Amino acid sequence: MLLTISTTRAPATDLGFLLHKHPGKVQRFEQASGAAHVFYPEADETRCTAALLLEVDPVKLVRTRGKNSPDFALGQYVNDRPYAASSLLASAMAGVFRTAMRGRCDARPELPDVPLPLEITLPSLPCRGGPERAERYFAPLGWRVEAVSVPLDPAFPAWGDSRYVSLTLTGEVRLADALNQLYVLLPVLDEAKHYWIAPDEVDKLVRAGEGWLAAHPERSHIIRRYLANRRPLVRAALGRLADSDDAPEDALDHASLDEEPTPDTPAAPQPPTDAEGPATSQSPTDAETSATSQPPAAEEEPKGSLADRRIEAVLAALREQDARTVIDLGCGTGKLLAHLKRDRTFEKVTGVDVSYRAIEMMHRRGLPDDAADPRRSSGPRRPADSRVPAGSRGKGRVAVFQSALTYADRRFEGYDAAVLMEVVEHIDPPRLAAVENVVFGAARPASVVVTTPNAEYNVRYDGLADGAMRHPDHRFEWTRAEFAAWADRVAAEHGYRVRYVPVGDLDAEVGAPTQMAVFTRDPSDKPVPSKPEATTAPAPATPATPAASVTSTPSPETAVDATSPQTPTAAPDADGFEAREESAR
Amino acid sequence: MTEIRLPEMGLVVLVGVSGSGKSHFARRHFTPTQVVSSDRCRAMVSDDENDQSATGDAFELLHHIVRTRLRRGLLTVVDATNVQTGPRQQLLRIARECDVMSAAIVLDVPEAVATARNAARPDRDLPDHVVPRQRRELRRGLRSLQSREFKRSYVLNGVEEIDAATVVYEKAWNDKRELTGPFDLIGDVHGCRAELEELLGELGYGVERDAEGRAVGARHPEGRTAVFVGDLVDRGPDSPGVLRLVMGMVEAGTALCVSGNHEQKLVRALNGRKVKVAHGLAESLEQLAREPDEFRERARRFMDGLISHYVLDGGRLVVAHAGLKEEYHGRASGRVRSFALYGDTTGETDEYGLPVRYPWARDYRGEAMVVYGHTPVPDAEWVNNTICLDTGVVFGGKLTALRYPERRLVQTPAHEVWYEPTRPLGTGSRDRDRDLLRIEDVMDARGVETALMGRVAVREENALAALEVMSRFSVDPRWLVYLPPTMAPADASPLPDYLEHPAQAFAAYRDLGLTQVICEEKHMGSRAIAVVARDAATAEARFHMDDGTTGALFTRTGRSFFKDASRTDAVLARLRDAIGKAGLWEELGTDWLVLDCELLPWSAKAMDLIRTQYAATAAAARAALPAASTVLAQAHARGLDVADLRERTEQRAANAARFRDAFARYCWDVDGLGDLRIAPFQVLAAEGEALAATRGHDWHMAVAGRLAAADDSGLVRSTATRVVDLADPLSEAEATSWWEKLTADGGEGMVVKPLGPPPEDRKVQPGLKVRGREYLRIIYGPDYSDHLDRLRGRYLGRKRSLALREHALGLTALDRLVAGEPLWRVHQAVFAVLALESEPVDPRL
Repeated sequence: MLLTISTTRAPATDLGFLLHKHPGKVQRFEQASGAAHVFYPEADETRCTAALLLEVDPVKLVRTRGKNSPDFALGQYVNDRPYAASSLLASAMAGVFRTAMRGRCDARPELPDVPLPLEITLPSLPCRGGPERAERYFAPLGWRVEAVSVPLDPAFPAWGDSRYVSLTLTGEVRLADALNQLYVLLPVLDEAKHYWIAPDEVDKLVRAGEGWLAAHPERSHIIRRYLANRRPLVRAALGRLADSDDAPEDALDHASLDEEPTPDTPAAPQPPTDAEGPATSQSPTDAETSATSQPPAAEEEPKGSLADRRIEAVLAALREQDARTVIDLGCGTGKLLAHLKRDRTFEKVTGVDVSYRAIEMMHRRGLPDDAADPRRSSGPRRPADSRVPAGSRGKGRVAVFQSALTYADRRFEGYDAAVLMEVVEHIDPPRLAAVENVVFGAARPASVVVTTPNAEYNVRYDGLADGAMRHPDHRFEWTRAEFAAWADRVAAEHGYRVRYVPVGDLDAEVGAPTQMAVFTRDPSDKPVPSKPEATTAPAPATPATPAASVTSTPSPETAVDATSPQTPTAAPDADGFEAREESAR
Repeated sequence: MTEIRLPEMGLVVLVGVSGSGKSHFARRHFTPTQVVSSDRCRAMVSDDENDQSATGDAFELLHHIVRTRLRRGLLTVVDATNVQTGPRQQLLRIARECDVMSAAIVLDVPEAVATARNAARPDRDLPDHVVPRQRRELRRGLRSLQSREFKRSYVLNGVEEIDAATVVYEKAWNDKRELTGPFDLIGDVHGCRAELEELLGELGYGVERDAEGRAVGARHPEGRTAVFVGDLVDRGPDSPGVLRLVMGMVEAGTALCVSGNHEQKLVRALNGRKVKVAHGLAESLEQLAREPDEFRERARRFMDGLISHYVLDGGRLVVAHAGLKEEYHGRASGRVRSFALYGDTTGETDEYGLPVRYPWARDYRGEAMVVYGHTPVPDAEWVNNTICLDTGVVFGGKLTALRYPERRLVQTPAHEVWYEPTRPLGTGSRDRDRDLLRIEDVMDARGVETALMGRVAVREENALAALEVMSRFSVDPRWLVYLPPTMAPADASPLPDYLEHPAQAFAAYRDLGLTQVICEEKHMGSRAIAVVARDAATAEARFHMDDGTTGALFTRTGRSFFKDASRTDAVLARLRDAIGKAGLWEELGTDWLVLDCELLPWSAKAMDLIRTQYAATAAAARAALPAASTVLAQAHARGLDVADLRERTEQRAANAARFRDAFARYCWDVDGLGDLRIAPFQVLAAEGEALAATRGHDWHMAVAGRLAAADDSGLVRSTATRVVDLADPLSEAEATSWWEKLTADGGEGMVVKPLGPPPEDRKVQPGLKVRGREYLRIIYGPDYSDHLDRLRGRYLGRKRSLALREHALGLTALDRLVAGEPLWRVHQAVFAVLALESEPVDPRL
């Protein structure tokens, strides 16, 4: 909340003309978030310093946020905004020094165009990435950068440095350029959401960046961050942008987004973006607000990327299985769904995801045929409807709804195939059994396609530390042997056969980056596998797959007790039964 | 006079030409809502009950009403001509779909009568040929109606006979709701007579014997009734002996018996039908061959007459040999019988032509307890309020009885392996998915029924939010038996320097008529629920956890407290140790406990939050404010008037420092277990008792104190308390000064909870928190003390309502847990707490 600007170009007090603020006055400017004060701690011929001090009123700050703010977190009440040089300061600066930023000075018309010896201090600048990043951003603009990290707490040295630096910039720069650079770079370095932004932000960026941004070596990062920080803006544009550009999609904190680092190019370390986690409001004593997983935005992948090849592999497997109706369980924002939709041989295509935001986005993109209120199609069947046959609901060919794979759901039933693409690794190992039962036990499609990372391949990713996983939300990553052990067991327990397909470039030593298992329900498997028939002493089971021993799948020969009805019609019909009951008396 | 006997529940089809008096007959014998009339339906869809063009729509409506009523188990009378076979078949199909019985009543009046009646009705203008045609159709179809369509039909000839007819209702054979027990339900016997006699003895029945010493009956001195789940015969050594005993009991009214598939097949064999002799049938036939003819005939008639399922005790208990899904309870049809005898080979196919697989027990959500046998299992275990009692006595297992309503199992081991199982008992894994949860369990717009607050509704958007958190982050639902409710603060204090003060909490409870409250020190840490099982066997038996875990430690949103499972185990081990040393296992007669605790330090769980939010804010302030003071001092030195600004900046710096001190005292580095503290403050539940509801907070605090005293590892920390007599100002003042001391240098504050019986007619907050002045900086920000006037206007209503609803839900979860209810019932209440937590409420409250 403090910015000082000093110059030593005699007469230094000309700074007052350039800033249009008199060195002899203390001026106050009301802001939405508090009050900005401009005064001069020094003002003589040799050195003049202007100070902009923004007094943030935290209560007012909260109230200006509006009721519709998506983020109703504690962070808004206890935050660094009253102290840190954030975009609150940037916008105060833009208001207070507007004319100076435009490079106009009627009193000294020649001054704006002259590079001045300037010293700028920001004692508390939020700067993710530390002093090194401040250097990367300011040095190319001609500044000598002195950035010192602020420790989080001197009493807890183990906590390390905070994200703040005390920054001093010195150099010969036009004052307007200096102000515009700060205006753009403060929020970029801060990477934090702090106020609602009008949709003309892109125009503002172009204007403020005139003359310096285009040539900046970090310009693409600066532009992306400048806009990415504007979550409301990004969210509003999400649907429009998502079709042409994968980047905003990656901002979603969802499971099955593409998350592999590109081999041999280290994934740029991405600090967590602003929390937009689950909608549960948290009390201040709960530590979990920040514990929601925030996957880093993945780098955009080129065509023919692993993600594309994985989709191709899944599609090929589905065609091979002759699946006409497909349910994509954990569909994320619907990348696979979009491919399935394009191919009319798939007669019914349904996407399921547990993330409301993912569902919402698919609706915005018009993916489902009944794209309307996502909530309308999301309600599960009520128990009262249980007599209605399960299966295809909704009239459209493509549908999406929200549900979780740890809960059995009749809406999952009745499809030829289910796909779990990059999903299982997001499930806590103790909960996997529930998912297995829901998919293979309850929904029980003829085919199930599962893809998951091959952990062995991770050594080929240079950017990945030893033993690290490809995504912060991954609960595990399996080697090929581990995956096979899991899939073999699941297949055996539920009466499926399974085959394995590597996806991506096959490495002689560590295999392919993605592994895929294609499960086929055993045709000889009676659809009632978990229930031993009739009164037989439990019959010895025949293995449903050659790969593993089976305990729960009775063979067709021994499963049906001779005392059970031979065919359903052998049971007496309704009236016959009535007669029987009457004769019983 | 004709006595028309009708099922209490089912379809009644009136048949007769226009003018035969069907509506009149219906009005006389049935209530208006029981009767569905085609004329009425025609009027509803066209405003004209004679508009024949509306007939199609009218019947669509009629069928819908009939189907809905029958599905809901209501007697339904169709008032339409029904003279043609086609429309009757449609109705019969609906009855079959709903598995109910059907009957027809034909009203046959002379043509002249019908014609005259029609002529007398001004609103009806029937062409002359209609009634004769209807009569012809009726006559033509009458034989088929009586012989093929309806098993039960009545033809009333002429006006007199119609007027004289009376209607009586018959209960369904399976309807024994009037029998309330107590019962002893007995699993598959399979000819193991000796074990059966022994079990009956164990249950307290006196066995009656004939002259040859054979058991021919049994009677319980307290009048209990035995209920056999079928499969009395085959495989075992003495099927005739078992039949003799059970027949005697049934005839004497001391037992009920449903048919098993083995009785069914044995009867067919005895009837001379061709059956494959296998699965122990040979033994029965051979044993029966040695019996006299009369006995064989008596046994044949007995088995032939067995009903396939019974509904008992007001509908709370259902017995069927192979179990029965809820839709079939009390119904009668071929497929109901087939299901009851053989299980889920329903013969239904889905829309893709595949047979419907129905793991009915896993999906069972009914309120009635379902008891069955049929499939040998090593141990009788509850699956969603259903239990299989076939514990394979004939295979060398045991014979099992379930006492109802006590829900207690009584067992007799097999004397020997009477029949060699082809597979060792218990290798079939049937319980793998017994705890499968269904999406309807948690996405139920009807909400959750609670004892305290009635039905607590959960909005769909909140449930969806909870679904995401629950499925991605929570611990296994079998451990997640409770989530703590939120707690509201006391009203804002009018005192100049306070936002919260004990006086408001005391006043709130005093106003409700309470005389005592207890003040509990609030530890600033993280809420933690600890589920502690005594050992892995308890975890498996009571919580169905078979992965070796012996408990769980989770946060208020259901996440595991520690990522590292070994850390969880270590904390649980110390808690288990303390519980043991304090003697609580024995005292409470339990092998598991659920504890509500605070886990310290705050930084153990909240380090990310502290780093990014609290310490960061303090660091930003530490860097910025002194610099601001410096430039302001320079400006002041230049003679500029910055006095106010300087003063405010100094004040801010001081506030920021106090803010930093407030949270820093709750942070310490945790290197190992030794740095953790856990402060239990409520014993939520133990076997058979939801202690959170049954015991007062003074008891809970005493137990917490004993746990701290018993723990020698230094993990368990005690909690200071004060009991306040609300009528005594001194007592109040003493507690207030205690609170002042507690909070002066940043202590979080206290929770005030009611003691003693609550007033019946008013909703009482389960607790009110009163937080310290310095502590509140962590909540409202470093400078909150400069804005007290604005903050006093905070709205508490929503938070309080939420606290009450969550409290009610939490207790419901515990009640269901201790009652041994199915997982889905417990989970439903727990899930609802999480869902309510996603309601937008000011998180600072």
